[in-house]
Amino acid sequence: MRIWPSRPSRVFLIHNLMTTNPRMLELQGIAVSPGVAIGKAIVFDREGYSIARCLISRSETQKEWERLVEAVGRAHHALGLRGKQTTDTWGSDLGGIFSAQQQLLLDPHVRSEMEHLIKDNLYAAEYAVSEVFAKYAAAFRKASSSFLAERAADVRDVEQTLLEALTGKPTQTLKEIPHEAIVVSHDLTPGETASFDTEKVLAICTEAGGPGGHTAIVARGMEIPAVVGVGNFLHNIRSGDEVIIDGHLGRIFVSPDLPTRERYLKRRLARETIFTELSELKDLPAETSDGVHVELMANVEFPTETQTCLARGADGVGLYRTEFLYLGHEKEPTEEEHYQAYQQVLRDMQGRPVVIRTLDLGADKMGMTRPIEPENNPFLGLRSIRLSLRNPALFRVQVRAILRAASSGNCWIMFPMVTTLDEYRSAKFLLRSVADDLTCEGIRIPANIKVGMMVEVPAAVLMLDRFIEEIDFVSIGTNDLTQYTLAVDRSNDSVADLYQACDPAVLRLIKQTHEITSKHGKSTSVCGEMSNNPAYALLLVGMGIRSLSLAPSTIPVIKKAIRSVTLGQCEAIAWRALRLGTAREVDAFLMNQLAGLVPEIVLQA
Amino acid sequence: MITRLVTVQNPEGLHMRPADKLVRAASGYQCQIELERCGQVADCRSMIGLLTLGAPQGTQLTLRAQGPDADLAIEAISRLFDSQFDDH
Repeated sequence: MRIWPSRPSRVFLIHNLMTTNPRMLELQGIAVSPGVAIGKAIVFDREGYSIARCLISRSETQKEWERLVEAVGRAHHALGLRGKQTTDTWGSDLGGIFSAQQQLLLDPHVRSEMEHLIKDNLYAAEYAVSEVFAKYAAAFRKASSSFLAERAADVRDVEQTLLEALTGKPTQTLKEIPHEAIVVSHDLTPGETASFDTEKVLAICTEAGGPGGHTAIVARGMEIPAVVGVGNFLHNIRSGDEVIIDGHLGRIFVSPDLPTRERYLKRRLARETIFTELSELKDLPAETSDGVHVELMANVEFPTETQTCLARGADGVGLYRTEFLYLGHEKEPTEEEHYQAYQQVLRDMQGRPVVIRTLDLGADKMGMTRPIEPENNPFLGLRSIRLSLRNPALFRVQVRAILRAASSGNCWIMFPMVTTLDEYRSAKFLLRSVADDLTCEGIRIPANIKVGMMVEVPAAVLMLDRFIEEIDFVSIGTNDLTQYTLAVDRSNDSVADLYQACDPAVLRLIKQTHEITSKHGKSTSVCGEMSNNPAYALLLVGMGIRSLSLAPSTIPVIKKAIRSVTLGQCEAIAWRALRLGTAREVDAFLMNQLAGLVPEIVLQA
Repeated sequence: MITRLVTVQNPEGLHMRPADKLVRAASGYQCQIELERCGQVADCRSMIGLLTLGAPQGTQLTLRAQGPDADLAIEAISRLFDSQFDDH
């Protein structure tokens, strides 16, 4: 006897077909900025062009290749025309560049690589073009001679011309987002993220990147959800696809099915409700239920963020990053530009402390004035305070502006990445000499400006008892402290999982720092990513830390966590956590404790 | 295979326009033409290959050609180097 499929299962099948989208793709990345966003994707190639990274079927390869060959012809013609026009206007010196660019376009290696990608790897023509040219642009950028590095721009020019010939329309850049959209890209440079139109970006999602990267920091500053480190997936998504970004769990859904979509619409609504509840805590102090006060300060990237700080009830600005002044600009900022940025924040914060951190960039990001030899290990290279001390003229401009602005509020100055006592003394010496100059010019400088340093290099922790007499405060930057303690590049996808701020080694360094500063009556704040996680915040309070500096948007959640526990509970957490042997054990233990003590917050995530 | 040593004499080195001229010249011959700098070999018809040599003024390069018109090609290419690519 044959068994026929029963009717109900058929009905079930039809129901399934109607509600699930077979194209739905679910991906997991690293959640770096909380929230839920639902919207249309806009896909950006790493050079800022919108590229559909799609594959074609084998039967289409010949046609696709011919399409590319025709486009190369059109691009060649376009470059020739541009060359002729330029020569007519500016002479052959400049016009000749376009003739040379034509050779780049016709380069046999470029051509055979594109042919291989299309015919063997089934890349769409645009995808092949962007892969091959991006590879050469990157190779040129890394080259040691500045002549070759400049050729990267020529390669990009040619790429752009060819893409325009292929698509028949001008290539898109990041600044021109047409409507509200979720930005999807391989990676975003700090300059690119800084140039976002904040009105139009709903969320950010990148293939590369880690928890401490710039995308993460900027997304939190903009209070939009972000997921990074997703791995290769751009070939599965194109601009216009619907996407859900879950910034709590690090999940991404491309072309979500109906049930998923509805679930997330509900989640978004629930989140908005909890947000309202949390915002009612705004004017209540961050105190444990037995009355121990914890100062909650805000990390700020842009001067405009002070409004968010005040709205979230921040006690001050614990970390004012000044890098935005240098990034995304062609020229170095003038003293006046520095001054305006600092004065605005100091004034807006109305007497609350504002800790201004001097330049904390790598030499690789500062290419605007001088060509700098590429470094093998930029994180161990000329960056941050080292770069400032090496360029006293540049450093003086920033310090002058800070000191001039100081009388507008409660100004603290902090030097980043201090490794040796010599560095700290040199920085302070320069500060004093700038202050003397200003006094001679008749500019009033408040007498009680506090000067301190970031603790983010293990050497500084080991030597802190020698630093302590000469500093007013320290702020522990857990991102770099973790990176330098564990020898992990946090933006390197292959080792990003080793980057764990809760590693026992990092916890010991934090503990040691606090023991030394508290013995000498100096304040210690923690300003890394760690402070943004409620479970870690409770651990830090248990370890004796009484000041945390975090993204303005997470202040309400951390306040809620602190108000839900006693100091004794936090100390018990710290006692136990410091006796565990691995980051995984610490993390599991902390999450478990949080779930027991403040379940509302865990549910929210 | 014919080999000859050539020197980059023009002040700007083997930059965009000289490389452009080399590619155009090399494209007129049937033979394989290569330039080598310290073990790094570039196809003389590849703009990217030539640029990647990153040869500044004074660099000595090994020019090699193999094929039916190799001797003519070597002559023409080394003349380009000697005339500083007509690029003063």
